[in-house]
Amino acid sequence: MIQNNKLTEEQYTKNFCDIHPPFEHDEAAAIEANRCLNCYDAPCTKLCPTSIDVPLFIKQISSGNIKGSAKTILSANIMGAGCSKVCPVEKLCEGACVYNFLDEEPINIAKLQRYSTEKAMEKKWKLFSRKDSLGKKVAVVGAGPAGLACAHALSLQGIDVTIYEKEAKAGGLMNYGVAAYKVTSQFCKEEVDYILSLGGIKMEYNKALGKDISLAELQQNFDAVFLGIGVGVARALEIPGEDLQGVEDAISFIYNIRTNDYSKIKVGDNVAVIGMGMTAIDAATQSKRLGAKEVTLIYRRTENEKPCTDVELDIAKLDGCAFIWLASPKEIVGENGIVKKFVCNKMTLGEPDVSGRRAPIETGETFSLDVDMVIKAAGQIPFENLVKDASLQNKNGKINIEKNGNTNLKGVFAGGDAVNGGKEVVDAVQAGKDGAKGILEYLDI
Amino acid sequence: MANLQSNFLGIKSPNPFWLASAPPTDKKINVLRAFEAGWGGVVWKTLGSQVKNVSSRYSSLDYNGRKAVGFNNIELISDRPLDINLKEIKEVLQLFPDRAMVVSLMADNDKKSWHELIKKVEDTGAHGLELNFGCPHGMVERGMGAAVGQDPEIAKMVVEWVMEIATIPVITKLTPNVHSAVPGAIAAIEGGSNGISLINTIQSITGINLDTLVPNPNVAGKSVYGGYCGPAVKPIALKMLTSIAQHEKIKAIPISGIGGITTWKDAAEFMLLGASNVQVCTAAMISGFKIITDLCDGLNNWMDEKGYTTINDFVGLSVPKITKWEELDINYHIVAKINQDACIHCGLCYIACEDTSHQSIYIERGIPYNTYTIKEDECVGCNLCKIVCPVNDCITMLEQRKDDEYLNWTEFVKRGLPLNDH
Repeated sequence: MIQNNKLTEEQYTKNFCDIHPPFEHDEAAAIEANRCLNCYDAPCTKLCPTSIDVPLFIKQISSGNIKGSAKTILSANIMGAGCSKVCPVEKLCEGACVYNFLDEEPINIAKLQRYSTEKAMEKKWKLFSRKDSLGKKVAVVGAGPAGLACAHALSLQGIDVTIYEKEAKAGGLMNYGVAAYKVTSQFCKEEVDYILSLGGIKMEYNKALGKDISLAELQQNFDAVFLGIGVGVARALEIPGEDLQGVEDAISFIYNIRTNDYSKIKVGDNVAVIGMGMTAIDAATQSKRLGAKEVTLIYRRTENEKPCTDVELDIAKLDGCAFIWLASPKEIVGENGIVKKFVCNKMTLGEPDVSGRRAPIETGETFSLDVDMVIKAAGQIPFENLVKDASLQNKNGKINIEKNGNTNLKGVFAGGDAVNGGKEVVDAVQAGKDGAKGILEYLDI
Repeated sequence: MANLQSNFLGIKSPNPFWLASAPPTDKKINVLRAFEAGWGGVVWKTLGSQVKNVSSRYSSLDYNGRKAVGFNNIELISDRPLDINLKEIKEVLQLFPDRAMVVSLMADNDKKSWHELIKKVEDTGAHGLELNFGCPHGMVERGMGAAVGQDPEIAKMVVEWVMEIATIPVITKLTPNVHSAVPGAIAAIEGGSNGISLINTIQSITGINLDTLVPNPNVAGKSVYGGYCGPAVKPIALKMLTSIAQHEKIKAIPISGIGGITTWKDAAEFMLLGASNVQVCTAAMISGFKIITDLCDGLNNWMDEKGYTTINDFVGLSVPKITKWEELDINYHIVAKINQDACIHCGLCYIACEDTSHQSIYIERGIPYNTYTIKEDECVGCNLCKIVCPVNDCITMLEQRKDDEYLNWTEFVKRGLPLNDH
């Protein structure tokens, strides 16, 4: 049986403290801001899914116009504060920074973005004011990044928005699905409160679509509906032993970490994590930080094809996680219903598949690991039944949309993970903005 | 190793770097620290009738996070008793006989006061005198400092008083708060001054505190014009220096260059434009006396690379390279070239040219990087792209002469050649 409470209070605090500490001094932020070249048609902005005008907001920090800086960020991305903590900036804005060509450290855009947006939150700057109510009502399902971004953009234009959220808190995966050392629950709450301080957005918590509310009902009671319902649990491995005690899905595992005291979370001594995406890394590093002795990440391709970034991989490496490349789950072996061994196929790379990456092929050889916990993090499954029951056109449960979030149902819009199957928070924010644009067009506003 | 020794009007110093008359040269303790650090000489802070200073004296111009790109002060001449200053000068001279000791003076506006002051100073054994005709604040209102320097006739008269009695070399320090430094310089030379130093500080307001709305420096809710100095004034100083170094009447007079000198490169530039030595203040006030190490070392290495063995080998070499606009060669034409291998795609050249210059850069948009190339036919060779480019030598200006012949404006007009080449 795997156990909880493996560490002391101090160890938990240390292990889960902020991995990217903020600027402690205004001068430090100014020094970094002044390094920025303020590029024209800036590559950083071009690689930001929400197109934040990075050179402008950095210039505003350097000129001492922090309020203007926060507004530049939040106008483009209302979750700019959270994104500054969870964005894989190494493949987005910072990865595009022209300083990379000089082998010079890129501008610490995320840290500067955090600086301005946290100041705005801390000082409760009122950067936006909504237009007078137009008497139009829109329902948003899901208070994750897509839903919140959509709701905020709509309310700004005078739409009365109601958000239905199945959990007791808003924030979606930001709150429940990323490593605790990136964002705290407290921060998520403050960010949501700041977004909602605009007014015009009513929250209905603990209301799940398909259970407490139906799409038909929403279509009837509102002028338009936005679905930002995200994706569900981790994909099943479909191998023997998956129901053994000690096999957990990464989303639930992280959800538990985010909703309980660290000391309450059970973690194995020898943990295998399947997958090499951001969620797999978050599950592996947090297992280690909860006190697991050995954590091994298993991926069916090589390091070259990994979905996570090098920076994420480095976090796992520094946490002491081990990696087995070219290995695919074959069987989980138990004893008395409890995980004991994890058997994998050794793989090799064949011809490129639809993703353009070389497909893993079984070699016929196997190996096994002694483990007491297996965490599944090989992608998440869309809410297929929910989507199909609502007659939404979809592809394996991922809702089909046209430009600006239009679904096949009139007045029903969608965006975020529910559409793309699971991307970054910043992608979901843009999808929410697009949805709001579609809704405003639909309502002739 | 080049020889950095300097001989200015017979005043010898181991290197051409003197500390200018200012707070760093106000007391024995400061000057001893400067000499220990290696400074070649000092101009002791101005002596005269004792004054009283206010509190809150300096302010700065900061730019893009860089502090004190420009600097200003509202301090007066030395506010210490004359006797103490004289005693300390004597003591320093004994401790460091190989360093230059020049004393700055600003006596009350009568011959007797000047004569008495000069006599007392000469008694210390000081090597030279510098007449402060430049201080732009506080003393002006009393008819001294820049008030003297701004009126060539008065300046000449005061220099004549000085020369009646002075037995050691006299340098007249000029104010830049005039439309041209030349009349003041001519007056000083006609009055008998042995040398010139310039520039003193420029009247200025560095900025305003946007909370209190009081300009800097704030003295109990009020401010006054201060004297501006530091790196920002260097180009103005170099121009004034050149105007004297080129003037037929006075170009033979030794000049001590002052104005924003911060690095050895600045010093070399002043000397190339005719200064025989240089004086430094702000850089030392901002960074301490230790800057002398690189001032000497950098100058020395540059001299070695250029093959100059003494500073006299290069003083004034750039003076003839400043000419009149109408003598510039109109057939000279340069065109920018962007080295695509060095380009980091920041787009600064493009937007500068497109928004404010000649729309001579072609943009090919990409994600996330654009490619920029020069439209050679449109480029006027203004240098703006090269100036804004953050990568050294990424943009080069290539010579594409319009014609082999040297052709200046006067000749151009004479031949009635077409003006519009766009």
